Amino acid sequence: MAATATGRATAASRGFDWREVLIWIGAALGFSGLYMAILFAPEEATMSHAQRIFYVHVPAAWVGFLAFGVVFLSSVAFLWTRQRRFDLAAHASTEIGVVFTTVAIASGAVWGKSAWGTWWTWDPRLTTTFMLWFIYAVSLMVRAYGGPSSQSARFAAVLGIVGFLDIPLIHLSVLWWRSLHPLPVVVRAEGFGSGLPPEMLWALLVNVAAFTLLYVALFSLRRAQMTAQDALSAQREQQRRHTAGPGAGMREGSR
Amino acid sequence: MTALTAVRHLLWKDLVLELRTREILTAMTIFAMLVAVVFNFAFSPSPADSLRLLPGMLWVTLAFASTLGLSRSFVLERDQQCLEALRLLPWDPGLIYAGKFLSNLLYLLAVEALLLPALAAIAGVRLLPAGGALIGVLLLGSVGLVAVGTLFSAMSVHTRIREVLLPVLLFPLASPVLINGTRATLGILGGWPWADILPGVRLLVAFDVIFVVVGYLVFEYVVEE
Amino acid sequence: MHSAHGRGSVQALALQEITKCFGPVQALRGVSLTVGDGEALAVFGPNGAGKTTLLKIAATLMRPTSGTVRILGADPSHQAPQLRRLIGLVSHQSYLYAGLTGFENLLFTARMYGVPDARARAHALLETVGLSHRGGDLVRTYSRGMTQRLSIARALVHDPRILLLDEPFTGLDRQAAMAFRDLLLAMRGTRAIILTTHSIEQGVAVSDRVAILVDGAVAYEAENGARDVGTVERVYAQCVGVPA
Repeated sequence: MAATATGRATAASRGFDWREVLIWIGAALGFSGLYMAILFAPEEATMSHAQRIFYVHVPAAWVGFLAFGVVFLSSVAFLWTRQRRFDLAAHASTEIGVVFTTVAIASGAVWGKSAWGTWWTWDPRLTTTFMLWFIYAVSLMVRAYGGPSSQSARFAAVLGIVGFLDIPLIHLSVLWWRSLHPLPVVVRAEGFGSGLPPEMLWALLVNVAAFTLLYVALFSLRRAQMTAQDALSAQREQQRRHTAGPGAGMREGSR
Repeated sequence: MTALTAVRHLLWKDLVLELRTREILTAMTIFAMLVAVVFNFAFSPSPADSLRLLPGMLWVTLAFASTLGLSRSFVLERDQQCLEALRLLPWDPGLIYAGKFLSNLLYLLAVEALLLPALAAIAGVRLLPAGGALIGVLLLGSVGLVAVGTLFSAMSVHTRIREVLLPVLLFPLASPVLINGTRATLGILGGWPWADILPGVRLLVAFDVIFVVVGYLVFEYVVEE
Repeated sequence: MHSAHGRGSVQALALQEITKCFGPVQALRGVSLTVGDGEALAVFGPNGAGKTTLLKIAATLMRPTSGTVRILGADPSHQAPQLRRLIGLVSHQSYLYAGLTGFENLLFTARMYGVPDARARAHALLETVGLSHRGGDLVRTYSRGMTQRLSIARALVHDPRILLLDEPFTGLDRQAAMAFRDLLLAMRGTRAIILTTHSIEQGVAVSDRVAILVDGAVAYEAENGARDVGTVERVYAQCVGVPA
């Protein structure tokens, strides 16, 4: 995406903004997905209509993990190259990822309540998603309170790497833990690809595609915002320097 | 002169400082005892319950006590910018991590040596039959806690909210240690077949190996400017 | 404005077009300075000029955003650990452990630098800075002047080719400042020295060359013979824009 003002203006005049195209496709998929989820997909045997929240829960969880994968890759790239754009990518993906993960957990809880009568079950996948949420939350804390941005960016990147490597270990640990204490109610795995009738599978895939496109669009938008904010700060700093003149005042971060 | 010797000297420095004042060890031990007592107030476990609750109480207590020692260990480097002085030394920054990791580990193990018998006595649980395996699990879990804890301690000491940030970072990321540690301890005390306990132990080992290596490698990014 | 010294083929320390940004703030803007072996450079400048940042980059503690650093011709971005052996830094902070004795601080540092017979070296340095009688006391009990002397001893443990000092005269009383100045004068010619200070008088006394850093850039640089405090003070006032 064009980063300069002139670039953007040119792109706009050309009438082609790939982000816009994506949003349209995503919206189309989203609506189809909604239709399929509510009307097209057959009713599930044991849980009836409440089960349909599965078409929101699974894609949201998927995007939550996808976003964290992007955080990991951007973090590695940032520490390797020190280029700000990778830090911005990690930051944008963290913000969006936490939103989708929250949706995943909330929808999982609602599903649980309606299907099994409890707001929370320590289902392994749900638990791991919950831990992912915590890692996201801590990541945002580090960015907010981790000191000057040059420092907090590094810390957040380190956390992104450590967290990503940790997630499989957390999941395996929870799996072992739950295997020792089977739930009183048998939790059927969401059954991705395992024993789902084809209509359900299609509905699920369409929704997954829609959510993924939504993620990509939001991610790219947020990143563009952050880049613009950076450019604005840099300009302000230049202006301040010109008007202030040499030797005036103290600057933060330098001695 | 080898890197190993350098780490040995770093460890010497930390131990001399700590043994002179004993502030970290004292704080950790007393805090651990207090938490254990509070647990007993909260749960009032009967002798039958004790066996079931002891592992959880033990590991949660250790998790909290470790944050005390971990944060102190880098605070003392903050004073007079000693961490910067360490970075000036002609060594890979990862060695600073190695030195701190070892000293933090020793402090935690020392606290465990005192805490475990005390907890067992209070709870009326017999530890001896399981002795070796128990020590093994405690060691594995401690290595894991300290491996990530040292890294996060170095991070949080550079922020305004250091007392809050360290536990908030440590607990989610060290959750495999807590999960596997408690279950494995329970299994050992409960006399489960070895095959049932093994997956947890394997996960602890995997966690330790991965995060000691990762800690060593990324430490320089945490302390650089 | 930068100077090129024809003295020897390789400078002890060469900084070329160093810039350093902290986010949107630019602390250093294209600073170029070289220091030859045995030469002493004093850098003056107001607070916020970037003096400490410059020294940290020279010491390889910080990486510049752009520009090159060469230590005896070598590039620290590839060989930092070995090159750090050649550098000693005396900072604002003492780099000393308050809970260790003066001797233990030096011993630890000597060991970490792999100095042969570290104990003897530590004792010798205590002698040099006149702290032998207090070597067995915790640094916590030292006065500011004593701490400063121990800091410089610590920076010299490994006999660095390049010694960097960041405002070392700060907080020293007249006597301590003079003692410190004598120490620096005694080292003249044995190694490259860069010293940042607010005290133009002290800086000119111990250096061969002076530079003035203002707002992240070198505003003035003078060759040998710029020993006249008055001249430097006048130029400083001009550069900074306020009466000195």
